[in-house]
Amino acid sequence: MRENAMNLCLEERRPLGVRLADIALTAFAWGAALLIAGGFIWLLTDMIAGGARNLDLAFLTEAPARSGRSGGISTILVSTLLILGVCLSVSVPLGLGTAIVLSELSRGGDRSSRWIRASLDVLAGVPSIVFGLFGNAFFAVALGMGFSILSGGLTLACMVLPLLIRSIELSLSAVPDDYRRASAALDLSLFGTVTRVLLPAATPGLVAGLLLAIGRAMAETAALIFTSGYVDRMPGSLLDSGRALSIHIYDLAMNVPGGETNAYASALVLVLMLLAINASAAWLVDRIVRGGRAGRTV
Amino acid sequence: MAVSVRDRVFAGALRLTGAAASTIVLLVVLYLCLGAIPALSELGIRRFFTDSGWFPSAGARDGAFNLTAMLAGTVATTIGAVALTAPLGVLSAIFSRFYAPASLRRPYQRIVELLAGIPSVVYGFWGLVCLVPLIRELAPPGPSLLAGILILTIMILPTVALLADAALEAIPLSQLEGAAALGLTRLTTLRDVVFPAARAGLGIAVVLGTMRAIGETMAVLMVCGNVVRMPDSVFAPVRTLTANIALELGYATAEHRSVLFVSGVMLMLIVLALVAVQERLRRRAALA
Repeated sequence: MRENAMNLCLEERRPLGVRLADIALTAFAWGAALLIAGGFIWLLTDMIAGGARNLDLAFLTEAPARSGRSGGISTILVSTLLILGVCLSVSVPLGLGTAIVLSELSRGGDRSSRWIRASLDVLAGVPSIVFGLFGNAFFAVALGMGFSILSGGLTLACMVLPLLIRSIELSLSAVPDDYRRASAALDLSLFGTVTRVLLPAATPGLVAGLLLAIGRAMAETAALIFTSGYVDRMPGSLLDSGRALSIHIYDLAMNVPGGETNAYASALVLVLMLLAINASAAWLVDRIVRGGRAGRTV
Repeated sequence: MAVSVRDRVFAGALRLTGAAASTIVLLVVLYLCLGAIPALSELGIRRFFTDSGWFPSAGARDGAFNLTAMLAGTVATTIGAVALTAPLGVLSAIFSRFYAPASLRRPYQRIVELLAGIPSVVYGFWGLVCLVPLIRELAPPGPSLLAGILILTIMILPTVALLADAALEAIPLSQLEGAAALGLTRLTTLRDVVFPAARAGLGIAVVLGTMRAIGETMAVLMVCGNVVRMPDSVFAPVRTLTANIALELGYATAEHRSVLFVSGVMLMLIVLALVAVQERLRRRAALA
């Protein structure tokens, strides 16, 4: 509909200057889009061209050797998953609880919910390296966790929380109010309403939010350098330092001469995982939006 | 209606999580300030701008703690990237809203969304192996302010494009139909109808992009060369405040470590100012 409204603007009998300006704008709009799409394809093909040669099952199952120049990334993957596990086991309960408070317990927006929202807005803007400073000073030094998977995971939990809360809140507010009225009419308790009605109805949105948070956490590097650290051995416990995949790429590219081939392969692994995670999140959101529309027209 | 004990406990637990979540930002500010206090009290603010250079490991008396070159690096990379991103991001949104054929719009949107999810360390690595060698051929040494600006542009472009797109979507269809009925060209429609209606939303998009550019660490760290010097051309290597923290926090002690926290506080203050600007724009967008 929109493009029809705009296409009506295109009229042939106009002064040359006006028509040229219009053509120039069309060219710029297409040019910008081609530039962006081209950049995406360039980046992707370069990662595949550089990484695919070295990427096989052995790369995923072998431990890194000679500072990562040879061998694989098995220990790195384990550390990455452990950091992610710590991050999610703290951020998901906190995020779920806070999102329920914001969308169900304080509709209309009282003072405490306004404060929560404002604090999350600021938290969302904090640069990741500042989270690194904070995580190092608070978790690693003040709480005595040192450079460890625990420090890194908790720092990431603080970082993904605003994103997680916003997407959970959105999927809760997408649940029709009829559900809440029906549950009130049945005299369901708050606990029952949340666990039996709202959360099941919002599940696809919750999963999408979770996937986005996982994507953000796995993409992070700067916040982890000084919290979970560099050690590329297999971690024995959560208090050991463990090297995340993103840090592995950084270290191979910048500090290890001759590390480029394995940096390429690691970058390809990370990009493929993130593309899969983000694409499934987008697919879920798409399905919810379409489902919502279908529901309204019925 | 009687509220059961379980419900009270449940609501209490929920409120507790909300309180915990909102305390995190206070903890971040608190620990940044605690870290920054030693440097602020022993060195004072002036020395960060008047010292002879950046030689932080020699201690409070013999060392030099001038942060201006790094501040200039942050400002230069950010301004350059935003100057390139703002027009490109808005053009991308205009493309997907008004020019893209129906069959292209969704795939194009998907590509922009996926670009937004690619990690900064991958952008940095790509810049290091693709972009820096190209710039080296143009004008050595290669790692440079220009490389930083270009990589930052590619990185924040998806964010700005997606938000600009949302701003254009918010324009009422009736206004576009009105413009069409008046026989306006696309150019006039964009200039006199679309932009005035979407100005606040487009502003939010640019401010958010600026915030991301200022805070970005890995990508600039990998392509900028990290030499502490006032940049005198776009081909000169620079070091940003964020890169400086990432490079030195690992071995910094005493005043040196504390000065890194001071630069963290500086970044935080800039971000807070931008959040405030964004909030005002958001209010204006809601009024429009």
